[in-house]
Parts: sequence; C-alpha cells; structure tokens
Amino acid sequence: MRPEELFAVHNRRMFLRDCASGIGMMALGNLLAGEGRTAEIDDPLAPKKPQFPAKAKNVIFLFMEGAPSQMELFDPKPELSKWNGKALPADLTKDLKLAFIKPTAKVLGPQFPFRKYGQCGMELSELLPHTGSVADDICLVRSMYSEAFNHHPGQLFLFTGSMVGGRPTMGAWVNYGLGSEARNLPGFVVLASGVGTSAGSDNWSSGFLPSTYAGTVLRSKGDPILYLSNPEGVSDASQRLRLDMLKELNQEHLERTGDAEIASRIHSYELAYRMQTSGPELLDFSKEPQETLDMYGVKNEKTKAFGTNCLLARRLVERGVRFVMLLHASWDHHSAIVKGLKQQTGATDQPSAALIKDLKRRGLLDETLVVWGGEFGRTPMSEMRRPDDPDSIGRDHHPNGYAMWMAGGGIKGGQVIGQTDELALSVAEDKVHVHDLQATILHCLGMEHTKLTYRHLGRDFRLTDLGGQVVKKMLV
Amino acid sequence: MRLLGLLAFLSGALCAQTEVDFTRQVEPLLRAKCYGCHGPAQQMSGLRLDEKAAALKGGYSGAVILPGKSAESKLILRVTGAAGVMAMPPGTKGLPEAEAELLKKWVDGGAKWPDSAAGAAPVASKRVSHWAFRAIERPAPPAVKDSRWVRNPIDAFVLARLEREGVKPAPEADRLTLLRRAHLDLTGLPPTPAEINEFLNDTDPDAYEHVVDRLLTSPHFGERWARPWLDRARYADSDGYEKDWARPYAWRYRQWVIDALNHDMPFDKFSVEQLAGDLLPKASVEDRVATGFLRMTLTNREGGVDNNQFKFENTVDRTSTLGAAWLGLTIGCAQCHDHKYDPIKQKDFYQLFAFFDKVEEVDIDAPMPGELGPYLAKKDEYRAKREALLKEYRVGEQQAAWEKEMLDTAAHPGVRTDWDLAWDCLLKLTEGGDGEKILRIAPEKRTQRQKDILTDHFIRNYHFAVGPKVYAETKFKELDERLRKLKDEYPQLTQAMTVDEAAGAARSYLRVRGDYRTLGIEVQPQVPEVLPGMAAKAGERPTRLDLAKWVVSRGNPLTSRVTVNWVWAELFGRGIVKSLDDFGVRADKPTHPELLDYLAAKFMDDGWSMKKLIRGMVLSSAYRQSSKARPELEERDPDNELIARQTRLRLPAELIRDSALMASGLISLDVGGKSVRPPQPDGVMELGYGNRWGNSWPESKGADKYRRGLYIHFQRSTPYPMLVNFDAPKANVALCQRDRSNTALQALNLLNDPVFHEAARGLAYEAMNASADWDARLEEAYLRTLGRKPADTEKRKFETFFAKQKQLLAKEGNHSDDAAWTELSSVLLNLDEFITRE
Repeated sequence: MRPEELFAVHNRRMFLRDCASGIGMMALGNLLAGEGRTAEIDDPLAPKKPQFPAKAKNVIFLFMEGAPSQMELFDPKPELSKWNGKALPADLTKDLKLAFIKPTAKVLGPQFPFRKYGQCGMELSELLPHTGSVADDICLVRSMYSEAFNHHPGQLFLFTGSMVGGRPTMGAWVNYGLGSEARNLPGFVVLASGVGTSAGSDNWSSGFLPSTYAGTVLRSKGDPILYLSNPEGVSDASQRLRLDMLKELNQEHLERTGDAEIASRIHSYELAYRMQTSGPELLDFSKEPQETLDMYGVKNEKTKAFGTNCLLARRLVERGVRFVMLLHASWDHHSAIVKGLKQQTGATDQPSAALIKDLKRRGLLDETLVVWGGEFGRTPMSEMRRPDDPDSIGRDHHPNGYAMWMAGGGIKGGQVIGQTDELALSVAEDKVHVHDLQATILHCLGMEHTKLTYRHLGRDFRLTDLGGQVVKKMLV
Repeated sequence: MRLLGLLAFLSGALCAQTEVDFTRQVEPLLRAKCYGCHGPAQQMSGLRLDEKAAALKGGYSGAVILPGKSAESKLILRVTGAAGVMAMPPGTKGLPEAEAELLKKWVDGGAKWPDSAAGAAPVASKRVSHWAFRAIERPAPPAVKDSRWVRNPIDAFVLARLEREGVKPAPEADRLTLLRRAHLDLTGLPPTPAEINEFLNDTDPDAYEHVVDRLLTSPHFGERWARPWLDRARYADSDGYEKDWARPYAWRYRQWVIDALNHDMPFDKFSVEQLAGDLLPKASVEDRVATGFLRMTLTNREGGVDNNQFKFENTVDRTSTLGAAWLGLTIGCAQCHDHKYDPIKQKDFYQLFAFFDKVEEVDIDAPMPGELGPYLAKKDEYRAKREALLKEYRVGEQQAAWEKEMLDTAAHPGVRTDWDLAWDCLLKLTEGGDGEKILRIAPEKRTQRQKDILTDHFIRNYHFAVGPKVYAETKFKELDERLRKLKDEYPQLTQAMTVDEAAGAARSYLRVRGDYRTLGIEVQPQVPEVLPGMAAKAGERPTRLDLAKWVVSRGNPLTSRVTVNWVWAELFGRGIVKSLDDFGVRADKPTHPELLDYLAAKFMDDGWSMKKLIRGMVLSSAYRQSSKARPELEERDPDNELIARQTRLRLPAELIRDSALMASGLISLDVGGKSVRPPQPDGVMELGYGNRWGNSWPESKGADKYRRGLYIHFQRSTPYPMLVNFDAPKANVALCQRDRSNTALQALNLLNDPVFHEAARGLAYEAMNASADWDARLEEAYLRTLGRKPADTEKRKFETFFAKQKQLLAKEGNHSDDAAWTELSSVLLNLDEFITRE
C-alpha cells in the first residue's frame, strides 16, 4: 500500500469512528477486510457480538462488601433460635475453618423475623420490605458457597475467580468479551458508597488484560471521573481550541510517521472531550421527576449515597455502559450486628428495589442483569469481641453457605434456589459455587465461560479458572 | 476401544472365580487407557504405570495401588469415578464398569505383577532439543553485501536477514531524533536545549558516540534502567492486600538497584546478591539489602487469615518470579499439576520452591552514608528517654502480665474470645517482625530490636485484649504518641527489608493440586530436569546460594538469553523473542536466533556488563534507523520482525511525568532516597480499606513534589492514578512486559491533571524567560518538549492558535501573554510526539 492509500484508510477509520456508533466500528472491520488487510480494530472497546444470542446486554453488580448476614436477611433459620447461647455438637463443627472465632463459639439465633413477600411468597427478613416488594422479579439463591473466608481473597475470588491477585475482574472480562456500546463513557464504571473495600482497586482491575478494560471510578466528590474538568482557569472554548490544535498537529505527525497509533491517540482525545461534555449531563438529575428521586431516596440522608449510585447505575446502562459495579461497604458485622444491619439495610434496601422497579418500567430490566450480594456469608455462631458488652455481639465470616440475589436479563424471577441445612452450616441442596455464579452471569450475556479466555504466561486463563457450571435453574 | 472393553468384560466374567491375569488382562488395559499419560513418554503427576516398581511407588501424592485394598487405592477411586476426585481417564466419568471391576479385582487380589511382564515399548530418550535449552555458543557474524551499514556485529546479523529477504534497512533517523532517542533510552530524560545545541554544533563524526558515552555515566542511567528491573521485582511501597500498610523502607532496595546499575555491577553479581546476598561469605549490609528483591512479595495482615497460607503463597511467588525474571519460564503454571506438553513438571516447580522454603523475613539496620555517627552519638540518650517513658506508664509489669495471658490464650483457644482476637492481632499486626516468634522467646533472650517491636505492639494493641475502657486508663495512646515523637526527635538508622535462612533442617514437599495444606512427596532443592544440572556438594542440601550461582552459570542457557532479550526489547520495542517472560516450548521462536546467541554469549564474555551490552545496541546502525512506518512492508512484516526500522514507543508512565517536569524546568533531579507523594486528588486513598486504618497520603513538600516518577510512593491497593492510567505495573507479581495502551483517561490526565497544567505553566515561563522574541520562545518550547525546532507550517499554526487564545482570554478580561503561552505549552505537552520516543 502506498502512503497516500494508508492515510486514506486512516481517514476512513476516523470518519467511521466519528459516526460515534458501534456499527461504524463493525463496518470498519469489514471494510479493512475487504481491502485484503487484517480486520484490525484499533478500539479495543468497540462492541463485539456475543458468542450466542444473549438475554442481557449490561450488568449492574451491587456488591455488598464485607459479607451480609444471610440469617438476618435472606435465609430463615427458626431451628437456630433453639440453639441460641449454646455450642453446636462438636462433630458438626469439627472441620470448620473460621477466621476469628473457634467452632465451639456459642450460637446466635436469628435477630430479625422473616415474612412472606410477593405472589411467590418469598421469605425475606423484615429488614427488607422494599426488596420484598420486588420479590417476584428476583431469583434468590440461598445455596452460594465460596472457597475463601477472608475479605481480600474472598473479593478476589468473587471478581476474578482466583484468590491470588493479578487476574482480571469480572467487569474487565465482560468488556474484553463484548466491548461496550457507550461511546462517550468508559465501558466499566465503578461507584462507591460507605467506606473503602478490602480489595480496593483489585476489585476493578484489568489484571493481565490490557488496562483499557479496567474499571473507571465515578467519584462522589471532586471530578466525577479523575481529571474530567478543565484545569483551573481554562474555559471550554479554550479547551476546544487546544484540542483542535492537538488534532491538527497529531494528524500532521501521523502523516509524517505513518504510525496508526497516532490515529488512536487522536481518537482518545476526541473521546476524552466527549466524556467531558457527557459527564456533567450524566450527573445532572434535574430532568429526573421528583417521584423517581424519591423512589431512590436521593434526598434522604440515610439512602442518599447508595440511592444516588443506584440512579446513576440506571443512567449509565441507559447510555450503553456494559458493566456497572456499585460497592457498598461495609457489612462486616463481627460486632454489633443488630445495629449494623439496621443501618446498612436502611441505606440499601429502598434504593436496590427502586433500581429494579425503575429498570422494569423503562423496559430495561429485560436487558440488564442485576446482581446483589457479598463475598461470603456469616457464621451461625456468635462472635464476642467485648464480653462485657452484650450489644457488641456479631458473627464471623462463613463461606460454606450464604445468599445472593439476581434479577433481570435472562433470570427467572420469583423463585428461591437451593437451601442450607437447619443450622446454616452448609449447603444442603443445589450448591452454587462462586465459579457457577460467574459462569451464569457470562451465560446471560451470551458467552460460554470456558470460551472467554486470554493467553497469559503460556496459559489460557478464564474468569471461572478451572470450574464453573451454568446454573440452569436460575434462567428464564 | 469398545472391542477391548468387551473382551475385558468377557474375560472378567469368564474368570469370575479365578485370579485376574496381569499379563493377559490388566497390562493390555493399562496400555490402552493409561500409558498415554502415565507411560514411558509422559509421567503426568509423577505416575508411571508401565513399570512395576514405578507403578507401585505411585505419583506425587503417594502410592496409588494398595495391594488388597481397592477401596483405598487412588487408582481404583479414579477409574471408578468416585466422588471428590477427578475421574480417569480425563474427560470421562471413569472406565467402563467391567474394566474398572477388573482392576479392582486385580488390586484386591494383591496386585500381582510378574517381574517378567512386558511394559510399554521403550521410547527413545526424548532429550529436549528446544532451542532455548541448548548451550549458548557465540556465532560468528555473517557476511553481508552492504558492509558499509555494519557498525558492529549486531548489524551484520540484522542486515544478513534483511538481505536474505531482499529488504533494505530504513535510513538513519535524523540527528535530533537520534539525540532525543538516546537520552530517553539511556537516562529517561529528554535533552536540554543546551545539550541539543551542543550536539548540533559538534561536527565530530563520533559526536553521537560521545553523547552515548556521556549518558552511560549519568547518574540518571541507573534510574532509567532500574525501572524495568523493579517491574520484575514487583516493587511497591506498601504491603498489598486489605490493610496495605505502607513500607517506609522499601526504597532502600530500590536505592540498591539504582546504585548497582550506575556502578555497572556485573549482572551475575547483581543476580546472586538479590537471590542470596545473605548467604554470601561475610555478607555485607549492602549484600543483605539486595535480598529486598525477595521481600517485595505481598503481606496479608487481614484478621483471621492463616499465616501459613500466605507464607506458602509468597514462596510460590518467589519461585515463579525467579522463573519469569531470570529463566524466562512460566514455571508458575506447574504449581498445581503437570501440563502435558510443558517440560517443567510439578515436581520441578517444587524442587525450585524448596530453595526458598527456609526464607525468613527480617528487617535490619541499613544506614545510609552519614547516618551512623549522629545515631551513635545520641543513641544512649534516646534509649534512656524511651525507657523512662515506658517506666512512667508502667509498661513493664503490664506487658509481662499480658504476655502470660497471651500464651495462655494461645494454649486454650476459644475460651476468652476477646483475648483470642488479641492473639490473632499479634500474628497479623506486629510491625517489623514476627510477633508470635518474639513472644515465645524468653524476655531476657530477646534482642533489643525484638524487645522494641513487641513493646510497641503491646502499647498499640493492648485494647484488643482488655477493651476500650481499661485501655483508656492506661493512657497508652498518649504514650504511643510520645514514643513516636521521641523517635522523630532523635537520629534513626535507615532500615532495610531483607531475608535470612531459617535455622535447622528443612524438609520440603510437593503440594497436591497446589494446595498449601496437602503435602505430596518430599522433594529436594534442585533445578528443573530439562536444564543442565547444578554443581552441588554430594550429600548436602543445595542452598539458595547454590541456586543463585547456577542461575548465572555459563552452563545455564537461559539467564543470559533472557536478559539480553529484555534489554533489546527496551531499546527496539520488541524482543528478539517476542514473549519476554516465556522462552518455553510453546513460546514464539526468536526472529534472529543467531543474534540472540551472539548477544547472550558476548554479554557473558564481557563480564555481564549491562552498560557494554546497552552501548553495543545503542551504537548499532540497526538502532539508529528511522522509526517511520514503511508502508511497503506493512503487510509483509506488520510487527517489524525483520528490524527493518526502529519503532515508535509511547513512553512508560514514569517517563511521561519526567519529561513534562523536565521540559517545564520544575523537575528535582535528586537521585535515590525515600519515596515521595506528589499531589493527588482527594478521594483516591478512600477507595482502599487501609483508609479506615489511617493510611493517608501526606503530600510531599517543596522540591520533593517534583521528583521523578520512579520515586512516587506506590500504594498497592490505591496506586497513584497517573501511573495506573499509563500502564505502570500493579506490583502483585513480576511483570516483564508493560502494556502500551492508548485511552481517553490518558488524554484527560495530560489535559487536565493539575500536575501537568503546572508543568505547562512552568514551560510557558521557561519559554518566555528565554527570549523576548515570539519565534525564539516557540523554539525554546519546542526544544524542551520535542527536542527539535518547529517547522514553518507548525510555526504558522501556533501563531494562529496563540492569537485565538489571546482573543478568548481578552474576552475574559485577561490581557497578559502568560495564559496564552501556558495553553500553547499544554498543547506541546499533550502531543503524541511528546509522549513518544521516536
């Protein structure tokens, strides 16, 4: 190809990109292929077709960091009340490996009553009336289990499939597999409320995948995206001048060197500019009806932080963002579990349910997969860090049986999957391993988990490591 | 196969009452179903079933055939698809029932195996003939037609290939491109206007060579070349994992690396000291500091974790890092099981692991020059004041009682839950040492350092045991603050994170499925079987030092090849072997195998001198080629495997920062020392859990705000955003090849980050300060950023740009030139050309 032809390709590439649509990128691939060149798509986040027709397009993962107690929220255990204050028989607990307490610790009976919700009659805690109001839309899994019983490894396990650091997270894998429809926003967005999480940025890392796939934090104070606003004293008009000049000079240099990477650089700057303009629009709730704001509890001090993030999550998927991750910390109730749970459900129950309702009435729930849960569950036995203060009682980490829920794209609502034994020690029926959950999420997105792989250090890695089976019962 | 199954079934049925015949029934079955993976060619999981002795001995996890006990024999459990084990053959649910039954009967009948039984036909010894495992010989440079292009033997190898392909090399890059390239590649800093002018005026034909030699002696050479090594060392300034505590003295190791490179420490010595400096005869403090390499593993201080697990993970990581950084082998793959086509077996992995099995982490005094005198002069006074404070708060008796209770708690767990927690905190939260180990030493036998560590822990963490009320009464919080203040007031010695070899005999075991709790067969420290063995004294357990010496021995075919290859990739953008960390059997073949071997052999012949190695590459014609694309080769050689041009390389994160600070005149060029924390937006630290524990980002003051990127404090859970945006490694595991991504977040970072905007202001100031003439100012700005003068078209464009900016600013009531120059400077600092080594 002569230089002028090469540049013609670059220019067409630019043109197609500026169409600001995924279809443009696909077309580009075909166009280049038609010219006998490899269909090299420079934008790694260009939307890709799923491996098979998908039910869900996007994911909103409501990550409840620290491990919410299943016995107080999702998994009624009347039998456990009878053991309150007593140690369980040693032969039942002898193989238990726990983080802080010993298997001989005294049982703590469930601290909140349950009742039936929805037409399906799903039993949920009285702490979750709002979640109860969407019971017919959610699939509650009471039979989750994990291999990790500490937070950092547990969070890595949930999001990367491995307890050891350095691997890509779920959001990164999904963007790697599917790209993103959002042309003015990153494909993987992270929103945080509460305190920092144990695994920090490891929860949205791209691991060994290119860093393009890493999550971008949408911040709650200062710039919503780091460095999104112009430097102090620089007006928008001046910024635009700067960008036009950059584009011209970069274009000239592209012509001098013939390096296609410069074309990508020009594209990155244009995308950055579009992010600068679309960012404020994303955050502007002024066009949201009052009723919507109230539903999410955006104006209520208790629900404000998480509610704002839930509303943002909806706005993000509306704009084509592929994977939205909300982090809410912390549910790590080693101490004062009664007070702590009231506080956290007070902050999250209403907004979580609002998100489901809002997505549903906008016709978005069918194409959005919503996941709610933590990295593991809590022990039926109590933890007592301050024996002189009875209110300080709490529960330790427990990976052998806990609960999560899913709703939306591809998921059959109004059902409960699996159960734990009467004492909440382990799963009694329909075990769902963390890798199974991951496989199911990918399945809803139209990807076979064993086929979404990346070659690294001589090996094909995947989100589900060596395990994972799609849980068919969860699906529509 | 089906027929065989049927036959076996029939024979099984017919012989129901009689003994199973090994030769006629069992051996054919094993041959058909098992030998493929457990036979003469392969022994997956260390198991070989075609030889009597080997078969009865078993595999990595021990015996698989227990004569007379089929219910306990792993062979039978596997082929019957018993619950909880992976069924064999792989991909099946076990053997057909009749075949499994036959084996079961055979085992229950005593697993009789006549000595005369024929095994599998022996295969010719499959000596691995993989190119990377062959001994390195120094090939003679090939003859070429255009010998004028050949400046040194590197060029002969490159040109010979090009001529064979009928391709001409690219023309030489223009002089200023070459100058900027050499500066960035050798020191990581762009040339100054003065250096540019000097070079332009130097008509000596060897001017470039002189520049290279000057740069090789620059103290910034060590900074530039430390970084790729620190990537391999997974260098960071914090623990990682949940708590992610800062490591205030991690920099001491970084300092060692920079110094070693600046002094051109031979790479063999460089390697031995990092892997086993502590074991060298009469090891010096610096020798020990080098072992900080082994301390860059993560530390998990999360409550409730099993320390044994993370000690194991760290040993695995040290083993894998040795593989990646020196051997170019992805040996970490073998942690869990054998891979069919990988010559590095699980046993090999654990034999290497065994070298690191006795590593103990220990912090030492590692004073920097000038520290010792003042420290010693004030030491007694400091100690006396410390002791007085401890006495004032009655620490002694309370600590003694606490120690007694703690030991009692450890002996009777589950009785007092508050003290259980206090015990766990001792295991996790002790700073600078192993709390449990110290507590178990009788007080009078503890060293001063150990005493201080335990007392500090006690004072800070006593509340876990006794609760907040009692703790408040002790006023230990106040005491802690006073002790810290006292420490700050007196001169202290710089510490270093190092390792020691634990006393006593070690026994090392393979871990079945890579699970730290499941011990397999015992293994001895040994290098992988496919590689030439190491010289070790008979009957003695080889040490880490033996391993280190083997790593850089002439007989090891990998270290030298791997090292010259990554150095090449730093300078050419692509390795001669593409995968810098994988020279294994499935890796890409070298594009220029003879060049690779020539460089590897010469590197060793030159006494492992990094500077000589780099000098040779940088002076070659191959390196000096233009990096412009060659459209005529695009289709044929899109990846530039032919080295028919140089490659444009987007600068690594740290160097983008350095270049901007350098251009702006703001940079502090101090070499070495502590890590710094330049300004970062609020909220970054809050995303990590450590923030709950008081991890914070005390912004550096004064010139430290403008130190080079290499010195930025790397907090693993919440790293400095600019480093993340530009693909700096996450420092969890060794990284041998950085990504060069190109994202919108990078654009936002350079456009809007206050650090870069300040750089733009600085550059504007420098340009305006250089001259009163507009053209001269623009030229100054160009020289400082792009290392060249503006072309006429560029000048015209900037004139227009400048006028427009002035107009805009005037509308805002700003009539000075400063802001327009700042905007102009910012454009230069954002150009692709600026963040690229051409």
